[in-house]
Amino acid sequence: MGGGFSAILQRDLLLAFRHRGEIANPVIFFFIVVTLIPLGLTPEASRLAEIAPGILWVMALLASLLSVEGLFQSDYRDGTLEQLLITPQPLYLMVLAKVLAHWLITGLPLTLLAPVLGMMLSLPTAGYLPLVLSLLMGTAVLSLIGAIGAGLTVALRKGGLLLSLIVMPLYMPVLIFGASTVQRAVDGFPVDGPLAVMGALLAFSLLISPFATAGALRVSMHG
Amino acid sequence: MSSQAAIFSLKSLAFERDDRLLFSGISVALEPGDILQVEGPNGCGKTTLLRIISTALNPTSGTLFWRGKDISQHRQDYLQNLLFLGHLPGLKQSLSPEENLQWWRRLNANNSLLSNEEVLASMGLRGYEDVPCFTLSAGQQRRAALARLLITEAPLWVLDEPFTAIDKQGVAQLEVLLKDHVKKGGVVILSTHQDLGIDGIRRLSLPLLAEVS
Amino acid sequence: MWQWFHRLGSPRWFYNTSGKWLPWLSVLAAILLSLGVVWGLGFAPQDAKQGNSFRIIYIHVPASFLALAGYYVMAISGAVGLIWKMKLADMVMKSAAPIGAVLTFVALVTGAIWGKPTWGTYWVWDARITSMLVLFFLYLGVIALQYSYTSQDAASKASAVLSLVGMVNIPIIYKSVDWWYTLHQPATIRLTEAPSMHPDMFHPLLVMILGFYCFYAVALILNTRVEILYRERRTRWVQDMVLETPVSEIREGQN
Repeated sequence: MGGGFSAILQRDLLLAFRHRGEIANPVIFFFIVVTLIPLGLTPEASRLAEIAPGILWVMALLASLLSVEGLFQSDYRDGTLEQLLITPQPLYLMVLAKVLAHWLITGLPLTLLAPVLGMMLSLPTAGYLPLVLSLLMGTAVLSLIGAIGAGLTVALRKGGLLLSLIVMPLYMPVLIFGASTVQRAVDGFPVDGPLAVMGALLAFSLLISPFATAGALRVSMHG
Repeated sequence: MSSQAAIFSLKSLAFERDDRLLFSGISVALEPGDILQVEGPNGCGKTTLLRIISTALNPTSGTLFWRGKDISQHRQDYLQNLLFLGHLPGLKQSLSPEENLQWWRRLNANNSLLSNEEVLASMGLRGYEDVPCFTLSAGQQRRAALARLLITEAPLWVLDEPFTAIDKQGVAQLEVLLKDHVKKGGVVILSTHQDLGIDGIRRLSLPLLAEVS
Repeated sequence: MWQWFHRLGSPRWFYNTSGKWLPWLSVLAAILLSLGVVWGLGFAPQDAKQGNSFRIIYIHVPASFLALAGYYVMAISGAVGLIWKMKLADMVMKSAAPIGAVLTFVALVTGAIWGKPTWGTYWVWDARITSMLVLFFLYLGVIALQYSYTSQDAASKASAVLSLVGMVNIPIIYKSVDWWYTLHQPATIRLTEAPSMHPDMFHPLLVMILGFYCFYAVALILNTRVEILYRERRTRWVQDMVLETPVSEIREGQN
């Protein structure tokens, strides 16, 4: 039963490795847009520190959003997706494998890069660990929610912008709790509350999203 | 009584999309050793029919039976016995033919004992096992996709235009493959414009529109 | 057989039945709305702090109510269409989306107009207004998806999936926006808390809410009937009905 899960996970990671240039893109995007902030706003450390938690989270969200568009696209175009739908394996697990691969390729590097960018934006010391922890869980939620949108728009020719439109409202709770975690830590409050909510959001999306994505993919293939 | 011997059958299958009836009243019973050629002009629903048979699409009405069991109730069991090759080859371009085959093996049960190397060699791809698929020609890619026929033990083959892009020699080779498969008691359903050099082939001509009440 | 009944029988049945109900419902909606408007704008007492500007709640609050309820109507009929393959439900879902979006927009605009005398600015990132804005985006997403598919069947299924996901998420979004708001802003004026309202203010509001419900039903039925006629235009009953209608009546209808 689990054969499909590991087969897809390994294949997607191998494919990502073969296209190393492409998988670096979200991370570079994250890097560049964060660099734009001091240029557009102010180089003053105290003011940057004030907005750093929110900026880092919003930019990580956008980077994840941009990359999720391709989640099912190549599988759709070369006919693999059709085959996956008729493979005697549970679609739920196969979708989960694809999302996990996506998270390992984008969410995890974004999370690891975030402290460096935090330093560049003069994020106060207390914020680093909460930043990493909240992004670690939050990017996984973003990948899971994004997968639903990617599944719904994979068969459409100009799905990219539409994908952002339908997915971003669903991203808002993650953003709120993610950015608040960091902000509260910087302000000296305990963060276990928002982090626990983050964990709950992750558990909930793990439960719901693969089902919805599987349904979305079936709709896309019927269309 | 013929339905007793039938291994795979369709009962009054109909498909409608956006209030347009594509076909209806398709009933076929296939016995082990049958080859069914679905034919008809472009846009008549050949691909749709094959996708319904592969369960990628649900029919508007009608039932499919595998070994007497309703497929909608026993989908997983049915899928273990099915090999479907669609229009698109389903090959990952940056993986080699060998890696693609290996991946299919891991995804499906019912694999044959032949090694990937043997399979690719008999498909005329010796020496191309380890190059990425995007360096292969269209015909070679089709051959790499067709290599899946050799790694599966599934008795039911559903092939959508399998002869596209391959040369004469490849066509003959594929015909041999099909004959061998049905000789072993398999069943083949395929769509093609080509006249096959196989005796006793059964034909289904679309469009088929039964009366609608 | 049963499925055929569902797929072809229902829209026609709905069209005929709703045709009988529609006049009564429209009259009821008109009575309730005019009663509520006259009562609320003319006779309800002034608010102690806000003076006359509070009276916009007689539109703002019912519109917000219906905007949210409309999303549930849309999502649930989408689910019915998805599960039981009922075409009528798909049509209701498609018709509910623009009505809900317009109501959400009305709630946003009235909220902004209300904000000017209350906070001195048109836009405040208040929890209620922010949630409304997110709801508006959710509606836009469903509508955009609906119109992106060329196949009507695929469009219905896709937007049903999206509205269901949205429905599951709405409570989470609302809760998190509430939490976010209390975190960033000390509670300023909590405006539309019903318990603190004087009954003389509250009763006309109740009438307006009922009136909006009736109005929503009328709008939804009208929209669905148009959708039914459009999608069933090739069926015999629609063609017969059109032929039976005297030409003069069709002309009048167009004017």
